[in-house]
Amino acid sequence: MTDDHDIIIGIDLGTTNSLVAYADEAGPHLIAGPAGEDDVLLPSVVAFDDAGRVAQIGSEARAHAVERPATTVYSIKRLMGMGVADLTDDLSRLPYSIERRSQEDGRDVATVMIGDKCYTPPEISAMILRELKMRAERHFGCPVTKAVITVPAQFDDAQRQATRDAGQIAGLDVVRIINEPTAAALAYGLDRTEHATIAVYDLGGGTFDISILRLEDGVFEVLATNGDTHLGGDDFDHTLIDLFTREIREQFGIDITTPSIKQQLRTLSENIKIRLSDRDSAPVEIAIGAGRVYRRSVTRGEFETMIAPLVDRTIEACSRAMKTAKLTPENIQQVVLVGGSTRVPFVRRRVAEVFQRQPYTALNPEQVVALGAGVQASLLAGVQRDILLLDVTPLSLGIETLGGAMGKLIPANTRVPCRASETFTTFKDGQTNVKINVLQGERELVKDCRSLGVFELQGVPPMPAGIPKIDVTFLIDQNGILNVSATERRSAQTASVQIIPSHGLTRDEVKRMQAEALQHAREDMAAHHLIDVRTTLEFDLHKAEQMVERYGQLLDVSGRDALVAEIRGLLELAKQCTDPHVLNERREAFNRMTIPLAELAITASLSSDDGAAGQEPACKIGQETRENNRGGFGQPTLRSVET
Amino acid sequence: MITLTEVAAREVNQIIKQQQEAATKNGSEPTKMYLRVGVKGGGCSGFSYTLDLTETISEQDETCNQHGIEVVCDPKSLLYLEGTKVDFKDELMGRGFVFSNPNATSSCGCGSSFSA
Repeated sequence: MTDDHDIIIGIDLGTTNSLVAYADEAGPHLIAGPAGEDDVLLPSVVAFDDAGRVAQIGSEARAHAVERPATTVYSIKRLMGMGVADLTDDLSRLPYSIERRSQEDGRDVATVMIGDKCYTPPEISAMILRELKMRAERHFGCPVTKAVITVPAQFDDAQRQATRDAGQIAGLDVVRIINEPTAAALAYGLDRTEHATIAVYDLGGGTFDISILRLEDGVFEVLATNGDTHLGGDDFDHTLIDLFTREIREQFGIDITTPSIKQQLRTLSENIKIRLSDRDSAPVEIAIGAGRVYRRSVTRGEFETMIAPLVDRTIEACSRAMKTAKLTPENIQQVVLVGGSTRVPFVRRRVAEVFQRQPYTALNPEQVVALGAGVQASLLAGVQRDILLLDVTPLSLGIETLGGAMGKLIPANTRVPCRASETFTTFKDGQTNVKINVLQGERELVKDCRSLGVFELQGVPPMPAGIPKIDVTFLIDQNGILNVSATERRSAQTASVQIIPSHGLTRDEVKRMQAEALQHAREDMAAHHLIDVRTTLEFDLHKAEQMVERYGQLLDVSGRDALVAEIRGLLELAKQCTDPHVLNERREAFNRMTIPLAELAITASLSSDDGAAGQEPACKIGQETRENNRGGFGQPTLRSVET
Repeated sequence: MITLTEVAAREVNQIIKQQQEAATKNGSEPTKMYLRVGVKGGGCSGFSYTLDLTETISEQDETCNQHGIEVVCDPKSLLYLEGTKVDFKDELMGRGFVFSNPNATSSCGCGSSFSA
């Protein structure tokens, strides 16, 4: 953000949490609170003292919600722009007191009574907005007076006006109110295409919205919305709570009534839900007093069966929205996920099924609306987005390979969309997990590149090192969004991550990284070479060690001792020697030295019936095999990365 | 500078033609294609050669025309490829592009890796 622009901030004023963001040429950023970089969510909760004065806002206020229900106001968004007549049962069940007040325009509006003081919903929302405004002012070191605020697509005029009023009370000129699904699409940069139809699936803690948007020449139009104001991740937690409560009653004959245990159960259930997003099962242990402990484990499959009816309801709403918009899945080009509950893999799978395409998940689903509000704010402020960084890959993309080297898959200056794929393998026997670190940069070592994201491929069947074939595919679509997937061929186990590589990157930074790469070219390449040579040597040595252990008794004592000594010596050399030529020569000599043992081992395994031959292959594979990219004879060597 | 033998150029040209025909069939405009030659870390003997067809080049790339093929190379790779000759062999034992690089001090058996 430079001085010649007005500062405009983007605000996601949420039912549960609120966030503030801005965007510069490097993309959108969230503004954190005082507790540090990760303190970006401000709980939309205001706590009052007994005299009706504001006591706390945000996390501190939320912490008091249980003990001081009558003076802690949450979910105020549900009351925005509501007349008393609109108040449904559930709203009147909020623990604080809601009363009717006649406005100057003659309309009766709902107000919140704290002691003898009376607050309108915009006044309470303004307290949250003021807190966000202060965060922004602390970040920029100057007053901030303009904001873009997001609202649900189905908000009516009164609700939108109430949101504007809230901004005004907080001292913010609300330059635009935008729809939350539109903001989500903007965060992904989907406005850069000429026309598209986009579905935004928003599953939060307590509400669900599906919106279908049409983009025409940079303008978004809402074609259809559908949803359920009482469906969300909290309901997922409840299925677990109900299960545990029922089983505890069956096993121990007691009902859980203690509030502290109930609260524990809630926290535990939420944690289990989160764990099951990347694990197949999660253990449960609840001490229910008198030394009795309830134990079980929940598998992902069980959890999915339990939440299936809830997720079905969201999927039916998606179908209804498509019907309203008179569209079929083939007409929808993009699907964007919003809301923390969309982290549940089952939800992602079902959404992918109903729309027949992979949804966008690259951005944090709890932050995407705020980020998009920041993008809209920057567009209104006249901040230029660097389109040139988006048509081609400005920097190379790859993954971390053994020893801290950068293995490039997509070179710099490749036009998007594009795809590249390489095959990698494991380095340790029986290795079942493979970590994939996605990198961006021109340098050869991981430490000099930007890490864009890390994910893990789990469940690789245990095999000797070098045997599994793991296909890593980089796919960049027309919107510049990168999908990295890793698949082990034998088991078809797969894992993937989605990333927006251009976020956080400016043209100056690209230039700097290119210049540094050229400046350090020789030392970088030498370092990369040394890593590869070392890795190959160490791999051979470990294989030889195993062979000696298994078949060493076939050699005479002196031969075996010599081999063991050589392995030990070379392991030491591999650590210390920095001359790749020396390492290579010693490796070749060593491999000649192991030939007699290899021959004995082959003969032995052929004459025995245990089939060991298939399990201990003479290994000549390094830490990675680059099958599709091997030059020389016998292979198609010209690989086009254009798709 | 990187040189391309006439045989290699003919082979590259054929591949470009195939790709452009495929593009026309899909209804898109055939675009100008460059042959990007590069080096990347990793391979059985250190670095490995890369050959790609690309539509985009950057201002820092070196380009030269070899028998009608625009050959491009990024400055970092050129440090290792200056004077390299790219040939194409079609023999009983296999077919493919072959690099002869005066900078290489050792090559691996398959010919795709080298160290300098």
